[in-house]
Amino acid sequence: MIRTRALLTASLLASSALALPAAAGTIVITNAHIESVGPAGDIPSGTIVIQNGKISAVGAGLNVPAGAQVIDAKGGVATPGLVAVGSPISVAEVGEGVQETNDSGTASDRLSAAFDVSYAVNPDSIIIPTARLGGVTDVVVTPEMRRARAPRPTNLLFAGQAAIIDLGQGDMIEKTQAGMVLELGQDGAARAGGARGAEIVLLRQILDDVRYYEGHRTDYDQGRTKTLALGEADLQALIPVVDGKEPLIVTVHRASDILEAIRFAREEKLQLILEGAEEGWRVADQIAAAHVPVMIHAFQDLPESFEQIGATLTNAARLQAAGVELVIEQPSFYTSARTPRIDAGRAVAHGLSHEAALAAITLNPAKVFGVSDRIGSIAPGKDADIVIWSGDPLEPMSAPTHVLVKGVEEPLRDRDLDLRDRYMAIDGLTPGG
Amino acid sequence: MTKLRRTAAALAALATVSWTVSAWPETAAPPPAPEALPPGLDPFANPDPYPSTYHPAPSPLVAIIHADIIDSIAPEIPDGTVVMDHGKIVAMGAGLAAPAGAHIIDAKGRFVTPGLIDPHSHLGVYPSPAVEAMSDGNELTDPDTAQVWAEHSVWPQDPGFERALEGGVTTLQILPGSGNLFGGRSAVLKNVWSDTVQGMKFPDAPYGLKMACGENPKRVYGSKGRFPSTNMGNVAGYRAAWIRARDYLRRWDAYKAKVARGEKAEAPLRDLQLDTLVGVLQGKIRIQNHCYRADEMAQMIDISHEFGFHITAFHHASESYKIAALLKREGICSVTWTEWFGFKMESFDGIEENAAMLQRAGACVTLSSDDANLIQHLNVEAALAMAAGDRAGLGVTRTEAISWITLNPAKVLGIDAQTGSLTPGKMADVVLWSADPFSVYAVPDQVYIDGNLTWDAHDRAHQPKSDFMLGQPVIEAGESHLTGGAF
Repeated sequence: MIRTRALLTASLLASSALALPAAAGTIVITNAHIESVGPAGDIPSGTIVIQNGKISAVGAGLNVPAGAQVIDAKGGVATPGLVAVGSPISVAEVGEGVQETNDSGTASDRLSAAFDVSYAVNPDSIIIPTARLGGVTDVVVTPEMRRARAPRPTNLLFAGQAAIIDLGQGDMIEKTQAGMVLELGQDGAARAGGARGAEIVLLRQILDDVRYYEGHRTDYDQGRTKTLALGEADLQALIPVVDGKEPLIVTVHRASDILEAIRFAREEKLQLILEGAEEGWRVADQIAAAHVPVMIHAFQDLPESFEQIGATLTNAARLQAAGVELVIEQPSFYTSARTPRIDAGRAVAHGLSHEAALAAITLNPAKVFGVSDRIGSIAPGKDADIVIWSGDPLEPMSAPTHVLVKGVEEPLRDRDLDLRDRYMAIDGLTPGG
Repeated sequence: MTKLRRTAAALAALATVSWTVSAWPETAAPPPAPEALPPGLDPFANPDPYPSTYHPAPSPLVAIIHADIIDSIAPEIPDGTVVMDHGKIVAMGAGLAAPAGAHIIDAKGRFVTPGLIDPHSHLGVYPSPAVEAMSDGNELTDPDTAQVWAEHSVWPQDPGFERALEGGVTTLQILPGSGNLFGGRSAVLKNVWSDTVQGMKFPDAPYGLKMACGENPKRVYGSKGRFPSTNMGNVAGYRAAWIRARDYLRRWDAYKAKVARGEKAEAPLRDLQLDTLVGVLQGKIRIQNHCYRADEMAQMIDISHEFGFHITAFHHASESYKIAALLKREGICSVTWTEWFGFKMESFDGIEENAAMLQRAGACVTLSSDDANLIQHLNVEAALAMAAGDRAGLGVTRTEAISWITLNPAKVLGIDAQTGSLTPGKMADVVLWSADPFSVYAVPDQVYIDGNLTWDAHDRAHQPKSDFMLGQPVIEAGESHLTGGAF
């Protein structure tokens, strides 16, 4: 027992030693097959130069600056760090089973739009190193919609505001108020009183109230306004949404609901992102014409409800072919912290190009959430969020050999590997034995 | 009206019995007249009251040639032939000529594996669409529902079955949920289209009994203020049930002994719950035990010793790697995942290397889905587990990794003599993959079940479709498999 404690302490010390960021000098990645997802395109054998945590050059035949730290990729594939979208990584530790560790959503009926996941970001979450081992360097943390409450709630509540974080060891927050999450369709209808006919009407009333509040702040403070649908914190949180500055992420599944959401966003002059959109392929041209980006779960091909009878594994390829800006979400936080890349690969098996699939988990989410000036591709001026893979990043047999976040090489260790190594010793299993 | 008809049926049954009895005196040497119990009252008289009606259609002579064959037993053959005829594998190997008259499939550049087997699925009992009206997988009204049978909840029109077929799954075990200490009997199905569950049942496959450790039962009943609400309550609940089962078996044995001696005897009242537990004690029904934690598995093993039964498999088994030697010694398989962990406390220590570590320690391991999406990609789950093993230096072979989703689950289900490998004489359950099945880009081009082409990614005539999907705004399945092609 004492010995175990000593071992634990030792490993804690070791990991905090590793946690110290390396001096941010010049790092050069050589001998890499670079899939840049940027203007540099695909470079069969190239070099990436990193200075002070930023990419300063990428190309074939670049000189290695004197004194630089060299990472020899040994022919491995270098990609931008993956962006896991739609995940509660860092704000939830153990899933449904231990709700007190889960800050991904609120069940409060007095607060909805103002809910902000960024306050809960925990840099010590054990999921973070695990996600890095799947090549994830950045996360769009979206709040989760809590189930509509029995018997019949009549508030069309928002899930709250998303945040973007990096999985490095400095200040992780890249952006707050990155998007406002709302659910329409069947579940939104349940929340609005049980029918679709109520949800859009209520939503319109809420947005009208936000605009009214925006124009009557003094009256509001003096208690001289009409009764408004939401509390002040929620009203304030929705101002950037009605002003079209913060995207409204709408979870919706059925083709007709998708069109309804697009029409509503156009009329209300909102910046819309569709989420889910299992039947998006059926109205792909309309989505593309409206310039609305779509976040999908690429694995979803089951008629799980009457609003996604048309779910198909070709949704990704069809949306892409129609010209829709496509984001492939992380399949599930708890079961797939390491594998958003596998879902992208699955979409390739069903018609999406490899290039488009990689963009759907790197550059596209960065663009959709307004951080493509910093992340999402290997291009000069961007943060050095880079992964070097042993092979094709979308293949299950490949794994990261190096993960850099803002130019700092992260240790390729997580709690899984600590457990593995402890029990390989106990089981008498030796590498190569 | 209904009542009258029932009475008539009962009378008819009685008439049959009395005719049988009255026929005895006509034989030359009358045996001691056994007191025949009316139909349905003797638990041992008819062990298969809901028999399989699946009879494979006659299948043609087919030879798949020039395939890279990854079997679960024989070493990988880079350029080999598989021959199927009359529902069976008749030959498999390198350098085999296709027999005369065979329908030949040139699989150059493609791969062949045995049909995939998922030992843990809830298709049919939790079907798509996931509506309350068809959510029939968990009889959450009592912690012991060993009397329920999953097959009586299976909706054979679940579109999830055809999606699983597209992923190469030819056989699957449908389990009741894990909300109860004893969840009920499993159903082992062939993944063939049928309008009845009987038409899908794997002929003569043994039943499983779903048991559950840990958080689920104690949460379900504890939250209702009922027993059990703790792990110690769970264990007391298992033991009480096995005591009743042993006592029930003793009473039936005593009754049968008396009858055999020609003595008058009162038959015990049949108890469906205890019938299932007695089936386990007699080694006819296999324990399929949902259990995540190593310490809980060790407790369950002690319980099995206390009452004298064998646990076939621990399901989910996130911590099996911690007790690999114990599981090997006990001959218990682990049915696990590669990537799922941390969704509740008892899965917090789940690791990617579980399967590879068990394999190297000499314990039996399989992967499974427990999920209508994951069941479509068991090959990728195996690849991820193999890759994690490689990084740990455990050197898992491709043959071993394929056995995790074919032969080993067949062992868990007690059907490994019939399926799970490409061994000649076994059922011709075969998948022809478009590419290396350990690649995310591979999809089954063809799936054979008992030698019949059951799925063809390029031929709609061989793409089963649930009644539910008719008339719905969906793309034809055939369109979805033309990788990189036009839609």
